[in-house]
Parts: sequence; C-alpha cells; structure tokens
Amino acid sequence: MTERRQRQGDDAERATRSDHVGGGHGREDGGGSAEGALPSVQETAVESQRRKGDPAAATRRDVLFAIEGLSVRYGSQPAIENVSFDILENNITALIGPSGCGKSTLIRCFNRMNDLIPSASVEGHISYHGEDLYGPAVDPVEVRKRIGMVFQKPNPFPKSIYDNIAFGPRILGMKDDMDGIVERALTRAALWNEVKDRLDENAYGMSGGQQQRLCIARSVAIEPDVILMDEPCSALDPISTGRIEDLMIELKENYSIVIVTHNMQQAARVSDMTAFLMVALDDQEENPRGRLVEYDQTEKVFTRPSDERTELYVTGRVG
Amino acid sequence: MEARDAIAASGLAAGEARPRLGAASPRYGERAIKALLAVCAAVSVVTTVAIVASLIGPTVEFFREVGVFDFLFGTNWSPTIAPESYGVLPLVLGTLSVTLWGLVVAVPIGLGAAIYLSEYARPRVRKVLKPTLEVLAGIPTVAFGFFAFTFLTPLLQDIWPGFLGTEPNVFNAGAAGLAIGLLIVPIIASISEDAMSAVPGGLREGAYALGATKMRVALRVVFPAALSGVAASIVLGVSRAVGETMVVLMAAGNTPNLSLSFSESIQAITAYIGVVATGDISTQSFEYNTIFAVGLLLFVLTLGMNLVSIRLVRRFREVYE
Repeated sequence: MTERRQRQGDDAERATRSDHVGGGHGREDGGGSAEGALPSVQETAVESQRRKGDPAAATRRDVLFAIEGLSVRYGSQPAIENVSFDILENNITALIGPSGCGKSTLIRCFNRMNDLIPSASVEGHISYHGEDLYGPAVDPVEVRKRIGMVFQKPNPFPKSIYDNIAFGPRILGMKDDMDGIVERALTRAALWNEVKDRLDENAYGMSGGQQQRLCIARSVAIEPDVILMDEPCSALDPISTGRIEDLMIELKENYSIVIVTHNMQQAARVSDMTAFLMVALDDQEENPRGRLVEYDQTEKVFTRPSDERTELYVTGRVG
Repeated sequence: MEARDAIAASGLAAGEARPRLGAASPRYGERAIKALLAVCAAVSVVTTVAIVASLIGPTVEFFREVGVFDFLFGTNWSPTIAPESYGVLPLVLGTLSVTLWGLVVAVPIGLGAAIYLSEYARPRVRKVLKPTLEVLAGIPTVAFGFFAFTFLTPLLQDIWPGFLGTEPNVFNAGAAGLAIGLLIVPIIASISEDAMSAVPGGLREGAYALGATKMRVALRVVFPAALSGVAASIVLGVSRAVGETMVVLMAAGNTPNLSLSFSESIQAITAYIGVVATGDISTQSFEYNTIFAVGLLLFVLTLGMNLVSIRLVRRFREVYE
C-alpha cells in the first residue's frame, strides 16, 4: 500500500477542521486554506469523475482516519483483527466483504458507536485528522457531533419530520433560524420538495426510501465532517437506492463518506476507494474474525485487484 | 401438457384413487379445549358483571332514603351518629389525599428507577435490580400498613418541621400515602421500564449518532416514545392506590375529614367499607346499605381509571409502526 499520509503543520490542520465543523458556508468558500484538501463547489461532476480514477488526485487528499493495528472483540469473540489503512477526506470510501467480516464493527469504531456495547473492546489506533480518536481526553459525544451515522434500517424518531431534523441542531444549541436549518438539510438530502408541505406530519408516514433520506438529512443538519453509512440501502428498492447513491455523490463535495455495503455494484458506482475485508480463522481453525485483504482505488479493486481473494469476491465467485 | 402429466404421474401412483383431503376423524378434543378456554376468558367478564349486580340491590335501597346529589356533594359523612348525614365527599377526599401523597412518592421514584434500569444500568445490575423491585410488589399490603404505622409515622413526627403546622397525628394521611407510594413504585417502575425497553434500539443509536448524551437520549427520545406506556403505568398505580384498603385502615385513622392535609387523620372509601363490613352490623340495617353505595362509587372511580389506562396501553402499541 502506498503511503498516503500527508503531514501538515498543526495550524493548517486545525484550520481545515474548523472550516469543516464551523458551518456550511465557511466550508464552501474557505476550503482553500489547506491545499488540495477540499474540492471547491465549482468543481464539476466531470472533473470529479476524472479525479476518481486519477491516483495522483487521491494521494493529494488529506488523511481523515488513520487506522493502525485495529482489533475489536466482543467479550472473548474477536470481530476484526489488525486492520490498518488510511481513509481520505472528501472521498467516498466503501467497505465491502462477506457477512461477518466485521465491516459494521469497523465503521462503528469511527464514531465510537461500539462504546455503547458494554462487551466491546477496541485495541490499536484510529486517528481522526491526526488526533487519537480513542485518546483519554476524547469525549464520544463530541466525536459523534462531527462524525454522523446513517444506519441499515431507517430509524427516524417517532416525531414530526421537522422535529426529526431539528433534534440534532437543538442538542447543539443552534436556536436561530431553525426553519432555515431544516429546509437546508432537507434540500441537501433531496427531500425538501417531497415533504415541504407536511413537515409537521409524523416521519413514520413516509416511505422507506424517504425515511432513509430523512435520516441522512438529520445527520447533515448538524453540519458534520464525516457521514458514516452502514448499509444504508439494504432495506430499500432500486429506485430509492439510486436516489441515495446520487445523494452520496453530491454530499461528497462537502463531506467525507464511509459506506458499508453488501452491494458490490453500489461500491463500484459510488465509491472512490474500496476496502475489502474477509473472514479469517486462527491457527486452530477457530475464532473467525475479519481482516483487511485489500484497500485501493475502487476502479483498481474491481478491475485489477492485487489479491486473488479480492478478485474471487468481486467477480461473485466467492462470498 | 406432457410435462404436467409427468408431474401428476409422479405424485400419484398409477391406479391410486384421488387423495382424500377431509379430516380423518372429527376433532372433539380441539373443540373441547376451545370451549374450556372460552369459559376461562368469560370468567373475568362474568365476575365484573356479578360484582356490579351484587352492589346494585343495597345501593338502590340506600338511594331511596338519601338523594344522589346529597350523597355525591354532601360535605359531612356521619352515618352512625345522629343527626345522620351521608355526604360522601370527606371519604372521596380521604382517598384522593392518600393517592396524591402516594403519587408524590411513587411517580418520581418509579420513573427514576425505570429510566435507570432501562437506560443506565449495566445488564448485570439490571438482572438483579428488576426482580428485586418486582418482589416489592409481592409484599402483603398489611406489612406496608405496619411499616406506615410503626416506622413512617414516628419518623415523620420526629422530623416534622414546625413551620408546616402541628406534627402529624398518630394516624395520618401522610404516612399512609407514603406507604402506598412505596407499594406502587414497583408497578410504575416495572411497566414503565417495559415500555422504555420496548423502544427500538435503533432510535437510541440514531440519537447517539447525532451527539446526544445519555440523558438526552433517555429524556428526549426514549421517554417520549414510551410515554403512553409510562402514562398507563401511572394510571394503574393510581387505581391501585385508590383501591388500597389495608394501609389506610391501619395507618390513616378512621375519621372522615374534608381535607387533603398530610398530617391529619382521614378516612378513605375503602377503609370505611373495611371498618363497617368487619364490625357487627345487621344486614338489615341502613348502615349496611351505605357500604354498597360507597363501594359502587369506588368501583365506578377505578373502572373509569382503568378504561383510561387500557386506552393508553392501546395507543402505546401504535407508536412506532
């Protein structure tokens, strides 16, 4: 694997981050403070498409998550073992692999969701913009304000559409212009036109695809830096799936996205980088746990994988 | 066509008659069981009707002599001492008083326990605490009566601060109310906890993923989603408090008293019935009829509350689908 990490001075890095966390507008025009870190909104889809296949462009991006020797166990049961790779900013990174290979466990490490499972223990290092995500002074609540998550099953709150979006901003103490926040979030999630006349209706009256876009809008509303998506389309029909994929590509301009997916076509369609994990057994042929097999640009993983196991999996012969 | 014939041929050997799809024998056992189960279910309905029916006769006798309005809104209950007076409000207020003081104790403690068990407690702690709490519900109420009379009342008298007036009577509504409160804590805690635990984990995760703290998840997501179940638990607790007899009989005194005071002796509806029904009164006497009248009133009160609670439980089921 090539060294993709690009070290920067602390100040530059902090500047980048405050652009990210501060607010949407700051992000859009102030992104130039760290060179090459953030694509400008003016960048066209074509350019983005070109960059997708361009290795040089990928290496220019900043490292979002640096994962080193990460192992997670639930009680005595290992889930993933010794995973190391770097996830880049403003990319869509897909985690693929067969069931039980620890994709979901891995993605839940990035916003410390595994903390909520008492038996889970995490070893190794994940740094986020260079800062140890599991450091002693790190508050998981703060982490989750910056790193949002969309789940496999749409999980809107049993509240109105408006209150679903407003929930996060209210937690963060954003009080001014809540209507505007709600409208912007729903617009970004390509949902505004469908629901603008029924914002006070219960979110459970929406279709599954709409609910999932609502959950994406809910994450976007608090202006996170990263959106994690754990099989966001597995409960949806192909049309809803297509909409969410379009949405991810749009959101990529402003956010970094990590997506777990069972659907290899989806990974191939939307992602820039792909990590392939697989179940491995220990020396006694026991304790199945996930290991990283290959991590590279999506195009390469799907067309010229360097590992035979990846090739067998992506061509549908194994898994 | 050929294929279909082939399939048909493979299913039925050549020459065999058409398959028989009727029952091999009439299933009497099945019918008997069904009838038996229906009878079991009917018992509760029949009992309810029978109880009301048994109350009606003497109640009608009672209302031949006392006006309904005088009964419901009269402020003096003095059925034995002349001049007799049958205004039920002091008894109703006595019941309300102990119920109110009970709720003041039971709602915060019960809900606090429920939120703790459902959201904060580690699985191991919860595994011990919840059954312990439910054991509390199995303690005989007469024990709570002793507890109120021999422990709570002296305690209240000792710590009673002067600015709240004279210290509680030997028999007082407060001690009985507190004991009833402790008695219904398990009901409120257990049912509310069930309702909160039933809230899908996905909702919690969704809130945590937005940077919500545990307290916000509990209070802003789980609690509202479980609200109907929580409300139902409180209504059930209220029904229980209203119907509770032994504690009020032992600890609250038996003085009809038009007051919600914490420290005064009162008489609750149930306690009045208890006292009269265990005394040596003639079934021909008018006093005998009075307990049926107040009994019916109590029945109507608790029935009303239970209907409300059933409604709430139904609504609770519909919340997330």
